[in-house]
Amino acid sequence: MSLKSNLHNLKEKYKGTKMAPAFNALHTFLYLPNETTHNGTHIKVADDLKRTMNTVIMALVPCLIFGMFNAGYQHYLALGEIEASSGFLGSTFWTLDNLIVGLWQVLPLVIVSYGVGLAVEFLFAVIKGHEVEEGYLVTGMLVPLIVPVDIPLWMLTIAVIFGVVIGKEVFGGTGMNILNPALTIRAFLFFAYPTWMSGDKVWVHGAVERDQMIAAGENLDAISGETILGAYAQNNSVVYDYWDMFWGIIPGSVGETSKFLIIIGALFLIFTKIGSWRIIVSTIMGALVMGLLFNGVVDAGWIGESSKFYGLMSVPFWQHLIIGSILFGAVYMATDPVTASQTNKGKWIYGFLIGFISILIRVFNPAYPEGVFLAILLMNVFAPTIDHYVVQGNVKRRMKRIKVKTA
Amino acid sequence: MSNDIKIKKGLDIKLKGAAEKAKENAIISNFYSIRPEDFHSVIPKLIAKVGAKVKAGEPIFYDKSNENVKFVSPVSGEIIDIPRGDKRKILAIKLQADKEQSYVDYGKFNLDAAKADDLKAHLLASGCWPFIKQRPYDVIANPEKSPKAIFVSAYASAPLVADLDFTLQGKDAELQIAITALSKLTEGEVHVSVGKDGNSPLANVSGATIHKVSGPHPSGNVGTQINKIDPVNKGEVVWTVNPQDLVIIGELLLTGKFNAERIVALTGSSVKKPRYFVTKLGAEVASMIYDNGVDKNDNIRVISGNVLSGKQIQPDGFLGYYSNSITVIPEGNDYEFFGWNKPIFNKVSTSRALTFSWLFPKKVYDLNTNTNGEHRAFVTTGTYEEVFPLDIYPMQILKACMYEDLDEMEALGMYEVAPEDFALTEFVCVSKQPHQDIIRKGLDLMLKEIG
Repeated sequence: MSLKSNLHNLKEKYKGTKMAPAFNALHTFLYLPNETTHNGTHIKVADDLKRTMNTVIMALVPCLIFGMFNAGYQHYLALGEIEASSGFLGSTFWTLDNLIVGLWQVLPLVIVSYGVGLAVEFLFAVIKGHEVEEGYLVTGMLVPLIVPVDIPLWMLTIAVIFGVVIGKEVFGGTGMNILNPALTIRAFLFFAYPTWMSGDKVWVHGAVERDQMIAAGENLDAISGETILGAYAQNNSVVYDYWDMFWGIIPGSVGETSKFLIIIGALFLIFTKIGSWRIIVSTIMGALVMGLLFNGVVDAGWIGESSKFYGLMSVPFWQHLIIGSILFGAVYMATDPVTASQTNKGKWIYGFLIGFISILIRVFNPAYPEGVFLAILLMNVFAPTIDHYVVQGNVKRRMKRIKVKTA
Repeated sequence: MSNDIKIKKGLDIKLKGAAEKAKENAIISNFYSIRPEDFHSVIPKLIAKVGAKVKAGEPIFYDKSNENVKFVSPVSGEIIDIPRGDKRKILAIKLQADKEQSYVDYGKFNLDAAKADDLKAHLLASGCWPFIKQRPYDVIANPEKSPKAIFVSAYASAPLVADLDFTLQGKDAELQIAITALSKLTEGEVHVSVGKDGNSPLANVSGATIHKVSGPHPSGNVGTQINKIDPVNKGEVVWTVNPQDLVIIGELLLTGKFNAERIVALTGSSVKKPRYFVTKLGAEVASMIYDNGVDKNDNIRVISGNVLSGKQIQPDGFLGYYSNSITVIPEGNDYEFFGWNKPIFNKVSTSRALTFSWLFPKKVYDLNTNTNGEHRAFVTTGTYEEVFPLDIYPMQILKACMYEDLDEMEALGMYEVAPEDFALTEFVCVSKQPHQDIIRKGLDLMLKEIG
């Protein structure tokens, strides 16, 4: 008996039992199910939700791999053991040592994120008797990429449970949630453990540990792992040049630093028609407009160099795109179809406001130097409202048709 | 003003097994069957009982809600069986045909002298009324209402359907008189749509506004054309008639005979010799499919109608009342190893997520009935809009139907749609939601609550 027929027999055996969703989730992972159409269309497109989600994961993999190398690179660089890499292909970046640190630090994040998240999903599927839906495949990949590298695993565990239960399952699972689950997880971490999610110590592996050793009386140099946004917010000088930012060899959350790879991922998502180009483009436009406004304010002399906002306001508007994680948010988070606007017109408004508000928060709130995750969560809440007004436009047009007739 | 309709949003699904333009007489079928479920929302009241002898065109049941709407037998013969389902619901009326066919003579109709009411009465009595359907609700037209316009689409754009230019050939006289008759039933216009590059016999009829249609499917759907020409508003009614049924109406008016003859396309990748057959409404499909390369042991699905909105029938089943094609495609009840993530070349897709149908726009596909994935909640957005040319938000109206909000359904345009308008969105749906079923249930709810 082949694997195929064995699995088929098992499926029949589990049918109707509590175990069915859990078994089916694993079974459909191996085999496209033998389900056929009934009345309605007798044929269907090749795509299913697994394929859609898988495409997003493929777009994320380069960011993950880069993030692993970067974790090691930032660590050794801060310890002073290696020279700064010159550019994307620098000799001190793509080294085995860097990768080993990355694997050691980042893989546990991935494993915890998927393990805990999928466990919660399976649990809910079994309790509520619905199929395990694929939404978490992408969320589970996003989470390790948007947290600092040294985040304790127990924190991540709690946050993932919170994010999946409160962010998704209470609404009825994939497709029903209002907030992006990955960002709900990040927001939970941010507000529950702010010292682990901001400041200048958490972005480089080893920095926190080193601080604790210093506090314990050891005679060592502190490691600084300030992000560029952090530096600007403190009106400090920035030590990285634009190319570093673009290639991504800077401190930051695990997977969001390389703008180059994010742009490649974005092109892939747009080409495959999985990601909404409308949202990506409009988010970037929104960010640029806000950046220009602030530049205008600085140019007009309304804000002096003594102002605490001067640093970020005076950043040339286009540079806002390559610092922080606005690009990552625009490409991978804002485009989540469930929580974004669902109408094409609405997507333009939704994306534009995300970009606009991201930069606003970034500049005005030094406590949250990165505003993009708050902006996306905020617009998640307003997306149905935007859609409502867009759809009302269609409804009004229909009403007008009758009025023209009766007039 | 140009009468051209150009559709941009849509999708042509190219499938293997298009019918060769050759006509054959089907083996004369001994058994015929009329299924009341073909007439949505009609509750049949029988006139004839099992054992009764009927002529072709003789009423066998009527609509409980409107006694005047009669349904007639397609052939002369004997009623041999009336199988019933739950709550004694009539599933079918089965007839055994006589060797020599005899027809009820309804008399040649003098159209010029007739008033609209006489014409209506004539069509109702002779069983031609069920060919006229109405929107809203996509049901048989209510004869008491007067439509603002009547639409006929003589352009078939769905995959593997009968080419209407071919099946209507030589029926000019019948078509003309039927169109003239329809124009008496509305104070508005009769709109006839033909393919832009076709040579439809309907392109030259008088008494109707002719529209030339181009673009991908669903450009040939009458719903698409209504939406572009004169959309249905609240309180308005439009009627639609299939062109192959115009021929039956026309023949009745010309000769007084209800001649249920119809040219049907037998198509699909499981058919070895796809071609056209002359047969009758309600005929056994077995009389056509087995002679033409469908193996009795094949794992196949037989569909009365097209692959997008037809009805599944058993291989020993019968041709539906409104169908002019029979499609036979392979069943897809098998597993596919790693089917969800490996690159796909042999299936149609509108995305490019390792699906490569975008590379081969001319390729002809052999699709089976596998759903290619499990049923999920709505997730992706924007995919439906790409194939949905109506000025309606498809996902929003589907959701409104699912949570049964009548006000919202009305506001979003429920009066304008029929299930078949959502066939393409159902085809491309990544979440494998049953769109046409959702719309049908929504329409039924509105019909019940608002009427």
